[in-house]
Amino acid sequence: MEAFATVQGMTVLAVGIIFGLGALGTAIGFGILGGRFLEGAARQPELTPMLQTKMFIVAALVDAVAMIGIGFALFFTFANPFLGPLAQTAAGG
Amino acid sequence: MAALEHAAEEAPTAGEYILHHLTFLKNHEPKGIVDFSVVHWDSVFFSVLLAVLFAGSFWLAARKASATGVPKGFQSFVELIIDFIDTTVKESFTHHSKVIAPLALTIFMWVFLFNFMDLLPVDLLPKVAHWFGVEHLKSVPSTDVNVTFGMSLTVFILIIFYSIKMKGLGGFVSEFTMQPFAAKNPVVKVLLIPANLVLEIVPFLARPISLSLRLFGNLFAGEMIFLLIALLTLNGLSGLTGVGGWIGVFGHIVLGLVWAIFHILVITLQAFIFMVLTIIYLAMAHEHH
Repeated sequence: MEAFATVQGMTVLAVGIIFGLGALGTAIGFGILGGRFLEGAARQPELTPMLQTKMFIVAALVDAVAMIGIGFALFFTFANPFLGPLAQTAAGG
Repeated sequence: MAALEHAAEEAPTAGEYILHHLTFLKNHEPKGIVDFSVVHWDSVFFSVLLAVLFAGSFWLAARKASATGVPKGFQSFVELIIDFIDTTVKESFTHHSKVIAPLALTIFMWVFLFNFMDLLPVDLLPKVAHWFGVEHLKSVPSTDVNVTFGMSLTVFILIIFYSIKMKGLGGFVSEFTMQPFAAKNPVVKVLLIPANLVLEIVPFLARPISLSLRLFGNLFAGEMIFLLIALLTLNGLSGLTGVGGWIGVFGHIVLGLVWAIFHILVITLQAFIFMVLTIIYLAMAHEHH
């Protein structure tokens, strides 16, 4: 019983950390990206459409690992793989 | 009695609702983390349906296209998209290939249609399927890791194929063993091979994995938020008896609208990114010095 609660509690903490650190990294990355885009657009307004396309491309790359982390975090929330082996040892022992 | 049982079965808990919506329609449960005998019928059905929809409608537009005269209606829409893909491919791909532009068009339109299925109300298609006796239905193929990995592994195979075709097997191998540490002395070259292999294989393998998981993560998270918003009115309009019920209904409509509008950007962007990265990786596979 306690082992289950411990594993679930730890999983919740892990999910929180994944979400939090992912969001932190992404926010800083997007801030820098957007700032540079605005600087470039202010210097050469005629390049704005091209810069905007490139900005979206880099934005998706910045987002990628955070999104992968979110995918894993949601997987841990709804189909926790760590409870399976725990249940097996509990049933067997 | 039957009404009571029916009412009791009608009210799932939040966890049950979400788990029900996250379950695929499969032939049997997977025995372990890798089980290649499992088929997700709903992903297959919607992938094929959307492919037929896209390819069929574009083919019809091309057949009925008139070279002279002003295009109108669906034909001008198709021309708009083809133009967009053409511009994007020309920007990044400077070699000759008959495959790259149709591939880019297919990837963009197919992934966009996959993602677009996420904008339909969460309960709509599963309810319709329930009337036909189908218990679970997931209508967004790109929330299935198998679908996204299928596409990215196909792109990966194409990258390897074109690398070997353009650079030869020797050139392909030397790309991994002679870079980034180069040397003139053959003995030093052999000694540097392990370091080069590690430094080259990791980004090389990271490409298909990140390509697929990026799409999957974005769409899965989007679908999850739609499900969580749907939880606000879990018991339907019966919650309208209390203030909490009214807040739930109002919140559901507003939050659902806001998230759906933001999601329109995400689905287009993810389809575009998948296409652009495919073009860039294939361009890198084609270049040889």
